Amino acid sequence: MLTDVIQTLPQVIVDGLTLGAVYAVIAIGYTMVYGILELINFAHGEIFMTGAFIGTAILLTFSGIGWLSAMPAIIVLIIVLIATSILTGFLGMGIERVAYRPLRNAPKLITLITAIGISFLLQDIIRFIAEVKKGNYIITGPSLFTGKMKLEASSLWPQFHDASFKSTFLVVLITAIIMMLVLDLFVNHTKWGMAIRAVAQDRDTAALMTINVNKVISVTFFVGSALGGATGVLFAVQYGTIDPYIGFILGIKAFTAAVLGGIGNIRGAMVGGMVIGMLEMFAAANLSGLTGGVFGAEYKDVFAFIILIVVLIFKPEGLFGKAAVEKV
Amino acid sequence: MHVLELTNVAANYGAIQALRDIHLFVDEGEIVTLIGSNGAGKSTTLKSINGQVKVKAGSITYRGNDITNLPAHQTSLMGIAQVPEGRRIFPKLSVKENLLIGAFSVKDKNTVEDRMERIFGYFPKLKERLEQKGGTMSGGEQQMLAMGRALMMNPQLLMLDEPSMGLAPIIVEQIFEIIKELNKEGVTILLVEQNAFQSLQIAHRGYVIQTGEIVLEGRGPDLIRNEQVQEAYLA
Repeated sequence: MLTDVIQTLPQVIVDGLTLGAVYAVIAIGYTMVYGILELINFAHGEIFMTGAFIGTAILLTFSGIGWLSAMPAIIVLIIVLIATSILTGFLGMGIERVAYRPLRNAPKLITLITAIGISFLLQDIIRFIAEVKKGNYIITGPSLFTGKMKLEASSLWPQFHDASFKSTFLVVLITAIIMMLVLDLFVNHTKWGMAIRAVAQDRDTAALMTINVNKVISVTFFVGSALGGATGVLFAVQYGTIDPYIGFILGIKAFTAAVLGGIGNIRGAMVGGMVIGMLEMFAAANLSGLTGGVFGAEYKDVFAFIILIVVLIFKPEGLFGKAAVEKV
Repeated sequence: MHVLELTNVAANYGAIQALRDIHLFVDEGEIVTLIGSNGAGKSTTLKSINGQVKVKAGSITYRGNDITNLPAHQTSLMGIAQVPEGRRIFPKLSVKENLLIGAFSVKDKNTVEDRMERIFGYFPKLKERLEQKGGTMSGGEQQMLAMGRALMMNPQLLMLDEPSMGLAPIIVEQIFEIIKELNKEGVTILLVEQNAFQSLQIAHRGYVIQTGEIVLEGRGPDLIRNEQVQEAYLA
């Protein structure tokens, strides 16, 4: 039993890192918005989904006019990522402007319900457009990277099995890591990043410092949604087939990651995403073996939420969060 | 023309009428103090100037321009800086970042550097603590940081909300010395204080506010000798 666990470990790590990176980048979007507005933006999962559809639409258009074969795949990916993140960035900013800002001083619950409403709205709009254009809301895009790779873990330690993966995995992982690094630099070392942190800590005082709080909130939504949309593209590139409902479960897991890392804490969200991704893949590979076949790999989703519940019971502020102190 | 003028200002704080018919002005180069007991409406007055409390009636002008209900980020851009009550340092930003936030709208890096150097002149301690998180500093240091942060805006009107609150007497003295010094260098000051004696000592003029109304006004030294003031605030 233990040998099974060890043998599959390299594969679990490779898969877990990739999935974790996807969760991590989406979790950043949840945590940034929460940090600044104390709002759980449930529509964020749908921003991710919209990004997947926009990216796929661009890819299909490219392939229709023959650009896909004319350009190196990596260039295509970069173009699609940039275009999609700008569009989803504006989408997120628009949602805040239209739906959340008028409710800024309303009770939190009302904004939360609005966010859920926006989720359904986006799902249905995307479904509608996809059905009008393609006759089906389940869409398969062209694949960008078709190669396969192998990680020769057995040469590292004979107990390990080799891990094999599609080259898209590597592309997804590297892109996600680059996005996280850039975001971290942006938040911690630029003027606007500093403004975001200041507004998150004390909105009223930030306004006294000539900071236009609404603008900072818009920027936050833009950045979070751009990252979410770009992750949608990565998801579409990796799995090929998408539907308007992929944002729901992924969004909830990414939210779990954000809570695990301490909601409001950006680096916490990154680590939380990685942890959830790894645990999920570990569960998928080993749950059946470890429980003697009682629970199969399909219980991996339950795993993420058990973690959420355990964290909420024992460390409600998350791994990297500080216990909330009521301001006097 | 007055630097700042409040005419007939009324404002609510929640459901309570917090300010009634406030008349107040500050002239160029003055230190004006607004004193009164807890809950009299001192902070609300400052907040109404910076658009943080909605003005229901009356008007506020800054150098002749109507700024009634203008949001804080706009009034601060015009040169009105506020050191808020309780200092309100950004606890998780470093000392340096707290200062830089004050100069958020300044594009020129050299200007920012110059202003920071000038602030280190007033508060040398800040220079030693640049990388420390704002929230880990002592109350006195936080007050200095809050003042430094406001000065990064290079304000023409500096409004301080209870800068002496919760500080040791020796620190309070230092803070008031610096307020005087700033004023000598040309910064007009509106000082809100519960510490009536000390603030009246450095002020050119003072206003006494009671349950949302100005009940007395006069020159600083006159108010110190005023019987009513002595009874209520200096006993």
